[in-house]
Amino acid sequence: METVRYESAEGFARHVNDLRRSAFASQRRVLVCCGTGCLAGGAQQVAIEMDKQLSALPAAKRTELNLVMKKTGCHGFCEKGPLVVLMPEGTFYKGVKPKDVADIVHRTIANGEVLEHLLYVEPKTGERVARYGDIDFYAKQMRVAMRNIGHIDPASIDDYLLRGGYASMVKALTTMSPEDVLVEIEKAKLRGRGGGGFDAGRKWRSAKKAMGDRRYVICNGDEGDPGAFMDRSIMEGDPHGVIEGMIIGAYAVGSHDGFIYVRQEYPLAVEHLRKAIDDARGRGLLGKNILGTGFDFDIEIARGGGAFVCGESSALMRSVEGKVGEPRAKYVHATEKGLFDQPTVLNNVETWVNVPRIIEKGADWFTSLGTDRSKGTKAFALTGKVKNTGLVEVEMGTTLREIIWGPGGGMIDDGPKGKFKAVQTGGPSGGCVPESLLDLPCDFDSLTEVGSMMGSGGMIVMDHSTCMVDVARYFLSFLTDESCGKCVPCREGLLQMYGIVSRICEGQGKLEDLEQIESLSQTIVVGSLCALGKSGPNPVLSTLKYFRDEYLAHIQDKRCPAGVCKALITYKVNHDACDGCGACLRSCVSQAISGTIRKGETFQIDEMKCDRCGACATVCKRAAIAAA
Amino acid sequence: MNDVDLAPTNEILSKYPADARHLVSVLQDIQLAYRYLPRQALEKVAETLGVPLAKVFGVATFYKAFTLTPRGKRVLRVCTGTACHIRGAPLLLTELQKRLNIKPGETTEDLEFSLEVVNCVGACALAPVVVVNDTAHGNLTVSRVRRLLSTKEKASSSNQEEEN
Repeated sequence: METVRYESAEGFARHVNDLRRSAFASQRRVLVCCGTGCLAGGAQQVAIEMDKQLSALPAAKRTELNLVMKKTGCHGFCEKGPLVVLMPEGTFYKGVKPKDVADIVHRTIANGEVLEHLLYVEPKTGERVARYGDIDFYAKQMRVAMRNIGHIDPASIDDYLLRGGYASMVKALTTMSPEDVLVEIEKAKLRGRGGGGFDAGRKWRSAKKAMGDRRYVICNGDEGDPGAFMDRSIMEGDPHGVIEGMIIGAYAVGSHDGFIYVRQEYPLAVEHLRKAIDDARGRGLLGKNILGTGFDFDIEIARGGGAFVCGESSALMRSVEGKVGEPRAKYVHATEKGLFDQPTVLNNVETWVNVPRIIEKGADWFTSLGTDRSKGTKAFALTGKVKNTGLVEVEMGTTLREIIWGPGGGMIDDGPKGKFKAVQTGGPSGGCVPESLLDLPCDFDSLTEVGSMMGSGGMIVMDHSTCMVDVARYFLSFLTDESCGKCVPCREGLLQMYGIVSRICEGQGKLEDLEQIESLSQTIVVGSLCALGKSGPNPVLSTLKYFRDEYLAHIQDKRCPAGVCKALITYKVNHDACDGCGACLRSCVSQAISGTIRKGETFQIDEMKCDRCGACATVCKRAAIAAA
Repeated sequence: MNDVDLAPTNEILSKYPADARHLVSVLQDIQLAYRYLPRQALEKVAETLGVPLAKVFGVATFYKAFTLTPRGKRVLRVCTGTACHIRGAPLLLTELQKRLNIKPGETTEDLEFSLEVVNCVGACALAPVVVVNDTAHGNLTVSRVRRLLSTKEKASSSNQEEEN
């Protein structure tokens, strides 16, 4: 297709109409997921093979099929990758390998035959499901922020246009005043999806009112919370959605310069955003005099440097300025003096991508979703010990139980240790929610009330093989590592807490330690400038509140009930279950296992030699080795 | 150490306006080009962007993406995100430390391997994950992670092969 530049809203509408009627729009599609997860599973090889097989078809057949292969962004079902979806039929294949491609092309595509062995099996019913939309994982979701992901080729602006892309921006710029746009966002009660849940409309309003020479809009793509990857998925899979949201926001507050700050660990997101920005600029959707309206706006990408604290707004802005990313006190808001000391609106990826949807469908539609104080939907990264791990977008207010046993498909392990124990939400600032609170609706306020947080939407499900004291230690180690060091209570207090909890894990804990932890926590909360310190004690406090018995088991009985803390466990062979295969013997690098490899024989583990690496337990096919 | 070729540094610097605000971006490109930040390059950057050398070092040591010592040919980054943690990442890390005889942040003497930890690579569904250079390997176990240290060809294909 020749390059087009839209000089006006009419020109844009004309081109989109032409596009709708073009051969491009009527093509059948083979969608190969090439998100980070699927790539790790070998999606690149699948795509290459698919391309080869499709071009090898006879020319007449190719015209008849009118087929095109698209490399899409992350479908969010990474665990089952690489994924291949055939549209418009919606046939969904999981775990596709390059050797399967020939069958897909010759049998499914050419003959309409469904390949049973590549279909997804619903864990609840044991039935094979042929179509995308019928899979519980997708059927129980409501995708607003992620509605394009997996359906479009993120490298193709035309794909985005065919899904109604940039129409909201055109609507805003040509039929609404900046004030109208702002009022619509205020009415929608859109709250920031990055963690704080601050009202986006209020933020925009105060940046608009603030005095300044220039105004900036920033997209925070520094998704640092471990266990959250919805922003990665959105930036990789729907980069134009983020850009469109930012243009609308910039128009509303009167900004001409935007930045997207992407963390260093997401190279693919940077690549896709770069391409999208270049394409949008080429079409005249970014740059000077957009659509002939006289409005100028452009976006620059800033890459992060691998510092968790840079996800904090004031630290992020220092980082964009090329400085050390340390937070500052917030008595003056970033909306008044932010980036380069100018009024700045900073929202996260998921917040921005919601903006075009609100303009398209109206604030009333948006507020019809969700709970009283949390409107719309929220994407969660559901991971850990659940059957279906991946990205799940549901209406605000959906309960934890509905998420974990709905799209999540329930717990992964049916054994005694596989029972649900806790779900960790909100990353290092959040907490662990126990079974008794599973019917809690997920919105900003309810999760905070029980000592956790919505955060950016990480949701890590834990079963009885997870030690809660170890989890607390894990987050403390994370936070001590990531504390920028500016506020002493955060820097030193977290370190001390880490020391105490580590001692407990090693069986050296005392009962007084628990009081010490609580008192330290108070100091850290009061004495820290940013949320890293202010919410840093949450993981420890929430585990202490709901799983005190585990702390006591470590302290009083010198026992780790989950079998995780190395100093308190030993690996033992269950001689009745062992069949003498010898896999453990071969896997042990410490020569701690003795015995003869023969059917009917069994093995002994020498506790003194064993370094508790756990290799033997993972290779044992009969689950005869366990820590206790 | 004295014979660092500054041509890549100069080329990188020529792509950015001489403004302190581009310091982080410039350092990122230099890190990519050399796989570390050579002192001479930092001096050049300080001079060109008009930032004191101490400030440049401040930034270079603040961000985890930067290293001041050369890194190995294969950088193994063990994801220690929460999802990876509860699915056994600490076991993988101990195993790699033991095998390579280095700690996270260090490089083997033959400059073959560097070991690093990273807080989350956003591939939680495949936990636990180790990223070797730019390739993510998911669903690892202690015995499978050992294979990442064998020959290059094997390392890149060992991943999902035996998954099903």
